[in-house]
Amino acid sequence: MNIPAELRYTESHEWVRKEADGTVSVGITDHAQSALGDIVFVEPPKSGRTVAAGESVGVVESVKAASDIYAPVAGEVVAANAELGDAPEKVNQDAYGAWLYRLRPESAAAVDALLDAAAYQKIAEA
Amino acid sequence: MPKSTPLNAAHRAAGARMVDFGGWDMPLHYGSQIEEHHAVRRDAGLFDVSHMLAVDVTGAGARDFLRYALANDVAKLTQPGKALYSCLLDEVGGVIDDLIAYRFDDSDFRVVVNAGTAESDLAWLEALAAKRGGAVSLQPRRDLAMVAIQGPRARERAWEAMPAWRGPSETLTPFSAARLGDTMIARTGYTGEDGFEVAVPAAESVPLWERLVAVGVRPCGLGARDTLRLEAGMNLYGQDMERGTLPWDAGLAWTVALDAGRDFMGKAALEAAARPHVFMGLVLKDRGGVLRAHQKVSTSRGDGEITSGTFSPTLGVPIALARLPAGTEPGESVTVAIRDRALAAVVVKPPFVRAGKSLVNL
Repeated sequence: MNIPAELRYTESHEWVRKEADGTVSVGITDHAQSALGDIVFVEPPKSGRTVAAGESVGVVESVKAASDIYAPVAGEVVAANAELGDAPEKVNQDAYGAWLYRLRPESAAAVDALLDAAAYQKIAEA
Repeated sequence: MPKSTPLNAAHRAAGARMVDFGGWDMPLHYGSQIEEHHAVRRDAGLFDVSHMLAVDVTGAGARDFLRYALANDVAKLTQPGKALYSCLLDEVGGVIDDLIAYRFDDSDFRVVVNAGTAESDLAWLEALAAKRGGAVSLQPRRDLAMVAIQGPRARERAWEAMPAWRGPSETLTPFSAARLGDTMIARTGYTGEDGFEVAVPAAESVPLWERLVAVGVRPCGLGARDTLRLEAGMNLYGQDMERGTLPWDAGLAWTVALDAGRDFMGKAALEAAARPHVFMGLVLKDRGGVLRAHQKVSTSRGDGEITSGTFSPTLGVPIALARLPAGTEPGESVTVAIRDRALAAVVVKPPFVRAGKSLVNL
């Protein structure tokens, strides 16, 4: 299972990457894309939206099913990945490259408190 | 514990993601269901359909029995090996199952029924045969495995893998079958493409699968099977209709032979029933999600409901089959409730795709 050690994770199968500018990128894990199958529609949250930790903020749809995506931590959405509108299959091809949106977290500590790779692996394998 | 087909180990060895479907452990896909879908539209794909059940209906009373048991009329089948699609109805005209009936002669038929309904269908048919009397024998063929080889190159690849099949199957017209011992080769399918559905003794299924794969027929799972049949405008039992659905409400009027002079199970109820719905296709025009079963459709004549929906790999847009108010015509604009939005869709007459070609103006 592909679970990069440098990222943080949620129980709802998002990955979180700390960027140099203090924002975080959020995507869905390789395990999640594999479970969903061929992804055909992605709707990330809009820029400027304030979100709470655990809030449903968007959706990823495969041929098979629709799946909500959640905010890993509280903060403000600062960017959505527009490229995925016409190429949602990039989430299947490169789950950790295809970020869905970027968030400016209210608290950096909340990001550090997310699951590490080892903890997420236990969830993904359960 | 779900049941397994004789090809179960072959699916697992090929890396299939398995799912429970109608009580059977079946492949959903082997990596990408969209690529599998395209393989069938462009070349040839291979499906394990051994979860479905063939039932041989034989005896001097077989023809009369099926003329009563089925809503379509097997008397239409005059050429040996010819097949027809029919609903199996209950007393009130509800769809117990949909099936294909093959006639070899008037005392020798085979019906192939869905996996999830196989046991109850068999019990229903046995009870009906007992009640009506007559010389009819029902023999479930659990000794057979079934595979479908579908796509524009399906037949030539099948003959390449199985040269002995060419003679008996080369002259088959669509919707007819030939037998070669216990092997039955039918020019039928559930994808909107040319090809074969083949029943073979279970023990022969693994080598057959391997030979077909070796000549380039791509294994396909239930995921591709669903998008292909939906593009082809074919109903899925349990989704587009179920017990309690009349054929009128599932676009199946064309399969009901209401001619005077033949009574059949459910006929009186069907003749008395209103027809408040039409069964149509939808193509989503707005972006905002994928069409799915149970989404509400708003039309100028009232509300309807999607019975099955998906993303069409061939058309590149979401499509659906829907039960809509009677009078709804192709070309009309409707809206579909997806999450908190009402998205625009257009009504079309299915099928969406046949023989690799889009039939819808996008």
